[in-house]
Amino acid sequence: MAGNQTGVAKANKGRNGKAVRYNKWGYIFLIPFVVVFLVFQLIPLVNTFYNSLFEYYRDGRTWVGPTWVGFENYKTIFKADLLKYAGNTAIMWIMGFIPQIIVSLLLAQWFSDTRLKLKGSAFFKTVIYLPNLIMASAFSMLFFALFAQNGPVNTILVKIGVMKEPLDFVNNSVWGARGLVAGMNFLMWFGNTTILLMAGIMGIDVSLYEAAEVDGANSWQRFTRITLPLLRPILIYVIITSMIGGIQMFDVPQILTDGSGGVNRTSMTLIMYLNKHLFSKNYGLGGALSVILFVITTALSLTVYNLMYRKKD
Amino acid sequence: MAKNISGAPDSELKKSASLTLRKVIAYIVLIIISLLCLFWFYVLFVNSTRFHSDIQNGFSAIPGKAFVVNFKSLMKGTLPVFKGLRNSLIIAASTALLCTYFSTMTAFAIHAYDFKLKKFMFTFILMIMMIPTQVTALGFINLVDDLHMMNTYWPLIIPSIASPVTFFYLKQYMEGALPLSLIEAARIDGSGEFRTFNGIVLPLMKPAIAVQAIFAFVTSWNNYFTPSLILTQLNKKTLPILIAQLRSADWLKFDMGQVYMMITLSIFPVIIVYLILSKHIVSGIALGAVKE
Repeated sequence: MAGNQTGVAKANKGRNGKAVRYNKWGYIFLIPFVVVFLVFQLIPLVNTFYNSLFEYYRDGRTWVGPTWVGFENYKTIFKADLLKYAGNTAIMWIMGFIPQIIVSLLLAQWFSDTRLKLKGSAFFKTVIYLPNLIMASAFSMLFFALFAQNGPVNTILVKIGVMKEPLDFVNNSVWGARGLVAGMNFLMWFGNTTILLMAGIMGIDVSLYEAAEVDGANSWQRFTRITLPLLRPILIYVIITSMIGGIQMFDVPQILTDGSGGVNRTSMTLIMYLNKHLFSKNYGLGGALSVILFVITTALSLTVYNLMYRKKD
Repeated sequence: MAKNISGAPDSELKKSASLTLRKVIAYIVLIIISLLCLFWFYVLFVNSTRFHSDIQNGFSAIPGKAFVVNFKSLMKGTLPVFKGLRNSLIIAASTALLCTYFSTMTAFAIHAYDFKLKKFMFTFILMIMMIPTQVTALGFINLVDDLHMMNTYWPLIIPSIASPVTFFYLKQYMEGALPLSLIEAARIDGSGEFRTFNGIVLPLMKPAIAVQAIFAFVTSWNNYFTPSLILTQLNKKTLPILIAQLRSADWLKFDMGQVYMMITLSIFPVIIVYLILSKHIVSGIALGAVKE
């Protein structure tokens, strides 16, 4: 790196004498980022990939391996429960995301509708964003306590006659546990999505709406014919970033089910599975799972990059 | 609705009636959703002020008188909650400090200078921005182990120096807030580049840095996955790990007043800070995502 800098500086000297003295500072100021990135992100990535090619795990007190096995770990993990956990993750993500996008679109539309002139929108925005900042593990613990068999929610539901007897949401109901995870994800993320979509709607040219109104379009038509099509890039951004977030789903189901994944591990997510391998020190399978998740999230990230940040020139 | 053609005044009337109706619906939905957001925290607060026996007896909307009792018994309990609070605070505060200082530096490097790799670096940072840390956790633990940094706070603090998301936000903000002529002027006055950065750039970026510092603090404060892999000694653990421990203990035997108090301690500091600064935070969220 250091040799490179002086090289560049010398090469530039002829062209622009004055700028040269300063532009090497561009490199100098980048050093902390680059060094930390190389050490704490790139080396671990390479190490993870390397480990995925070996049979290497702890069995009780003895270590097995490392023995070179090529892509054997990848085959093993696909034959194991990978697809089941991917399915769980996808189901819980979708269950949370569908209400999230609907509510967010509705609220974003209302907040940015100039004729509606909602009062107190700053207050509402503050409230709906609040759950996003809450410690997910504490939030999950709270829901666990509130939805416990003898917890307050069951008491209320039985009292008002919704249910005959208390339901053990977390330990005894597949859709109870999944529903709670999805519900918490919804609560934690719809405020964030609303604010993103609102910024997108604000960017739409007001004269389009005015013209549509002159032509006699009602508010539903204005929403479906103008807002939705023009909002497409930011909608795709929201969907993909939410998918990346969905793949990372961990704290909420982990705490809610105490790492067990509920009934028959039906709420076990991909990262919970990874966490299990990391704790039991199965580096081979853990590595393979990590690499698979890395490939998927990188593909999604590049899509976001192409969509949002690449300068079209 | 729009097909009403029975004269202009009537249609105007109908229009304003439908607007009022939409307004009413919007307010009702907003109030319901706000209650849905706040309900849980209210129950949490109420239950943390009630005695264990009262909580077991059922739900109440009125706070009890056991707040201090619950707090004291939690502090005396088996979990080192006070240490956890301190540990979380140290890690989150250091993270916020390092993350914002060095992200501003990275943003400044890309914003203010012209060099060969500038475009490449910027593109690269944007491309890796969304990749989650969990996927390299395995290699990360191995590295931390090799560096003999298990059960220390360094591996939780130092990596925040390279935070693409913070960098991107600050870079966006810098474009509007830091004219290059100012840096030129500082140079003419004989200020070195490093001094210019500390003395001129940082103060100018204060509003953006404050917002990002809060985000960095909260993210670190809430983080559970990585710390739980690094911190295995009881006295080193942070709040989220202690909550996980509380969950796996035979929690039915626990004093529920203490359980709620512990959750309150983890959540309410963030809520209070957020409510004080919410204006700046909410307006800052979308800045990183919106297309130029």
